[in-house]
Amino acid sequence: MSSPSAKVLIMRGLFDENPVFRLALSLCPAVAVTTSLKNGLLLGVAVFCVQVLSSVSASVLKPFINPRIRLPLFVLIVALWVSAVDMILAAYFPAIYAQVGLYVKLIVAFAIILSRMELFASKNPIWPSTLDGIGMGLGFLLAMILTGSLRELVGSGSILGITIIPTKPLLLAVLPAGGFFTIGLIMALFNWIDLMRGKKLSSGGGAHG
Amino acid sequence: MVEAKVIGKHEIMINADIPAPAAANLRLVNEQDADIPLTITALNKKDEHHYIATTAEPLSATDHYLLSSQANGMSVTLAPPFFSVLIAVIISSALINNFVFTRYLGLCVFFGVSRRRETAIGMGVTFSIVAVLAGFLCWVLNHFALVPLKLGFLQIIAFIGIVAALVQAAETIIKKVNVVLYKKFGIFLVLITTNCIILAIPLLNATAHAGLWEALALAFGSSFGFALAMYLMSCAREKVDMAPVPAIFKGLPIAFILAGLFAMSFLGFSGLKFM
Repeated sequence: MSSPSAKVLIMRGLFDENPVFRLALSLCPAVAVTTSLKNGLLLGVAVFCVQVLSSVSASVLKPFINPRIRLPLFVLIVALWVSAVDMILAAYFPAIYAQVGLYVKLIVAFAIILSRMELFASKNPIWPSTLDGIGMGLGFLLAMILTGSLRELVGSGSILGITIIPTKPLLLAVLPAGGFFTIGLIMALFNWIDLMRGKKLSSGGGAHG
Repeated sequence: MVEAKVIGKHEIMINADIPAPAAANLRLVNEQDADIPLTITALNKKDEHHYIATTAEPLSATDHYLLSSQANGMSVTLAPPFFSVLIAVIISSALINNFVFTRYLGLCVFFGVSRRRETAIGMGVTFSIVAVLAGFLCWVLNHFALVPLKLGFLQIIAFIGIVAALVQAAETIIKKVNVVLYKKFGIFLVLITTNCIILAIPLLNATAHAGLWEALALAFGSSFGFALAMYLMSCAREKVDMAPVPAIFKGLPIAFILAGLFAMSFLGFSGLKFM
């Protein structure tokens, strides 16, 4: 891979290979914690930090890692950063952490972080790896903000706890089922934008879809 | 010999072959908050050996209580029956709190392998076995090493390490022992590491301070629930693949809508109450 420009790397993570809507990875939290924008934002920032730090670590450490045991080591690197982020969040944002704590811990098992380390950071120098991490992290953050604000607005009529619509338009959106519906609709929207731009539809929105 | 059990929202049945002391001398506490006594308002004799104590606070049949008498120093623990706890844990983790449809865990793998019925079953079986094993190993490590040494902050690293090592070991062993089995289930083994349910089970167990059997029941129940969810989903997706779905909804978007419909129907299980 010749090193693409910074803009290409970041835009790729945001739109063309958006981790949630395009690659269909890291879906669990995307559905689980996006009942309100605030929760989504917190987890989005946490994932962003872990993704960037892990990508950089993998890229820095790659000369010292025997390729045969790289995956367990990558998992340990991710686990290390997740533990750090987990403790920081628990200390500074106890109220939100009480709601999303389990999902912060489960960032370890996010396929997106490991797959970026394996597919990109282990083959590229530090700076492009950092940008790739930032792009993917931002892509996830964007997905969290989009679903979070949509669900909070439709489900409880407010954004960040500030009431915008006095009634609760469609309570279903904040219920478990609503998360699936919202993500499905946004994915369809991404496909529709592609269709409008004259691109051919990929066969189902995901690497393994 | 004194026995007692919770029989109603405000009632405890005491089975004693000696005369019970007056209500004022009885002390009832919840084992989790052992320094907050619950008020016993009355103690009525039912027949020669049975008494019914009435409490002001509501009791829960699933909690552990300690009833002691200040008159003769005797005390008795009120615990829910062992097997009903296990059954309740299994039912609740498999249906009421199904990991896929109400806690949204394991979605990556769920959407990835639920395209065909065959792969859904393969993944379900492999996952259940590995999850119970991992749940057991993590419980042992947590109970005998992390908790006594106060290393709780290492939970994430330790548990994911166990899971990764277990998966790697299982893969190597199956490859050596039975090639046919490996060809069939090997690919699922690799995918298990990225399934958050396998990590959520030991984390939930550690948070709830579960005993060994409860931990195993949670592991079994939740992996069964996961397998069930995948099987149901794969049946529906095989039909949808044949249906004329709008182009922009083809593939994953419609799968999400389907999952939403399943989640709605699983909401119905929330009315299910055991004990």
